[in-house]
Amino acid sequence: MASADSSNVGSSTQANTAPSTNSTADAQQADATPTAAGRAGDAASEGEAETKIAVSNLNFWYGDDTHALQDITMDVKANRVTALIGPSGCGKSTLIRCFNRMNELIPNTTLEGRVHVNGQNIYQADPVAVRRHIGMVFQKPNPFPKTIYKNVIWGARINGYTGDEDALVERCLRQAALWDEVKDSLHGSAYNLSGGQQQRLCIARALAVEPDILLMDEPTSALDPVATGKFEDTISELRSEYTIVVVTHSMQQASRVSDETVFLYMGRLIEMGATEQVFTRPQKERTEAYVTGRFG
Amino acid sequence: MKDHSAFHPQLDKRRRYGTLIAGLLFAATMLGLLVLATLIVDVVTTGSGWLSEQFLTGYPTARPETSGIWPAIVGSLYLMLIVAATTVPLGVGTALYLEEYADEGGLKRIIQLNITNLAGVPSVVYGILGLGVFVYLFDMGSSLLAAGLTLSLLVLPIVVISAQEALRSIPQGVRESAFALGATRSQVIWHHLIPMALPGIMTGVILSLSRAVGETAPLVLVGASLAINFTPAHLLDDFTALPMLVFQWTEEPGASFQELAAAAIIVLMAFLLLMNLSAILLRNHFEDQLAG
Repeated sequence: MASADSSNVGSSTQANTAPSTNSTADAQQADATPTAAGRAGDAASEGEAETKIAVSNLNFWYGDDTHALQDITMDVKANRVTALIGPSGCGKSTLIRCFNRMNELIPNTTLEGRVHVNGQNIYQADPVAVRRHIGMVFQKPNPFPKTIYKNVIWGARINGYTGDEDALVERCLRQAALWDEVKDSLHGSAYNLSGGQQQRLCIARALAVEPDILLMDEPTSALDPVATGKFEDTISELRSEYTIVVVTHSMQQASRVSDETVFLYMGRLIEMGATEQVFTRPQKERTEAYVTGRFG
Repeated sequence: MKDHSAFHPQLDKRRRYGTLIAGLLFAATMLGLLVLATLIVDVVTTGSGWLSEQFLTGYPTARPETSGIWPAIVGSLYLMLIVAATTVPLGVGTALYLEEYADEGGLKRIIQLNITNLAGVPSVVYGILGLGVFVYLFDMGSSLLAAGLTLSLLVLPIVVISAQEALRSIPQGVRESAFALGATRSQVIWHHLIPMALPGIMTGVILSLSRAVGETAPLVLVGASLAINFTPAHLLDDFTALPMLVFQWTEEPGASFQELAAAAIIVLMAFLLLMNLSAILLRNHFEDQLAG
């Protein structure tokens, strides 16, 4: 499995290797499924994978007029990377922010419909408890104005972590592929890191509260191609342990990193399926036009 | 070659106009500075001869040679302490409520409008309010506490507004990423927002204190003493303050008292300078701490 992973990473810079990327991911998924199925509860299982996030009839409004999400119904499978793609303003960021109740921080918004995570309706739960199990990485790297160490440990501390802090910080930074670059400056300011390093620090920070889902809202849009490549490698490393949802502008990125792709347009879900299928044999005309670059 | 005959650039004319504007703006800056410099030079030359240990540590008397300003220094210091102790929790609390808790809507708009308007109310009006409420209604008399609370009301809107500005300037990403880690609102506020807003809050507080320490009208209305020969021992004691002595001495006949007033002004200015300096140092300190 480790070798499958690294070959996947190696090929990730070439967009036309998307099919092979997916087949390795599928093989890996097949390995992971038995344990995942063991934990699977009442979730409606689609194919062989457990459903992690189940969205049904989700509608979302900004103010009274902007109907940003219209009747979205979809599943996010466990231990896979799901990409949300679509042109600007299609609602992909709004949708991902519904998965951890982030949109509630914006005044004058309305949500209807249900979002179940691990079978539980998160909109009937305590938002603080919900968010603790769902990590998020944002569009702009936004480390706290503190040391690297404190950035990572903060989330764990506020959630009452009593374990070995040094070990946790090291593990999270290793998982985010940042440890070797920062191990000698753990107590230096996070602001001294480059944009790409800051974004990987944000992953490490999210991992420290031990979530099982990672949401990433256009995580590489502020990064240069080299930093983007490293970041995508990190996503590939994390896919075996976490369910990852990533919003991206870049179709190449979606095809490189994701197993499942969801195409949104004008607030509606147009098509979803295995990334390979969406990119090579799209069912809808609009999807084909978008993935072949004819608009958007 | 393109035909540019429809364009009349008049570069020389535009440049001359630019130079003229730059000159006018420079003159405007200099005019203000010049007046200020004249004032300072005048005050310093008039009053500096009177600055002595006896002047700083003595008590006001009827004869200028033996007069001192010690009770006024102590009174002004106490006033600042009262103002700081009341406006920091009230002002920062109000700002946190408005920025981080209050729902957008009618009530918040009304509160905001009132705070903005209160910042523009003349200080003499606050003096009348202090006289009616603190001196008579709460029966505090013309005491240190009554005057301190009156000055607090006067500068509270400034503290609130500057704290609000400081909170607003914190990127939304900080709040979002903290919430996304499963923080409660109070954890976000105490761990991130207050430390990050602290430099801005400090600046607002020190500016407010500077304003409060120089105010005379509210003190006159509340009934601060002009000349007393003791320092206040408790909150409900009579007191005097530096602006009160300046006010009194400029009313007295005779050049000596005018010079005495100038000396008191120097002390008051030194007070303000010291406070502004400490504001800058504190702000830099907290900014360094945030970066580190």
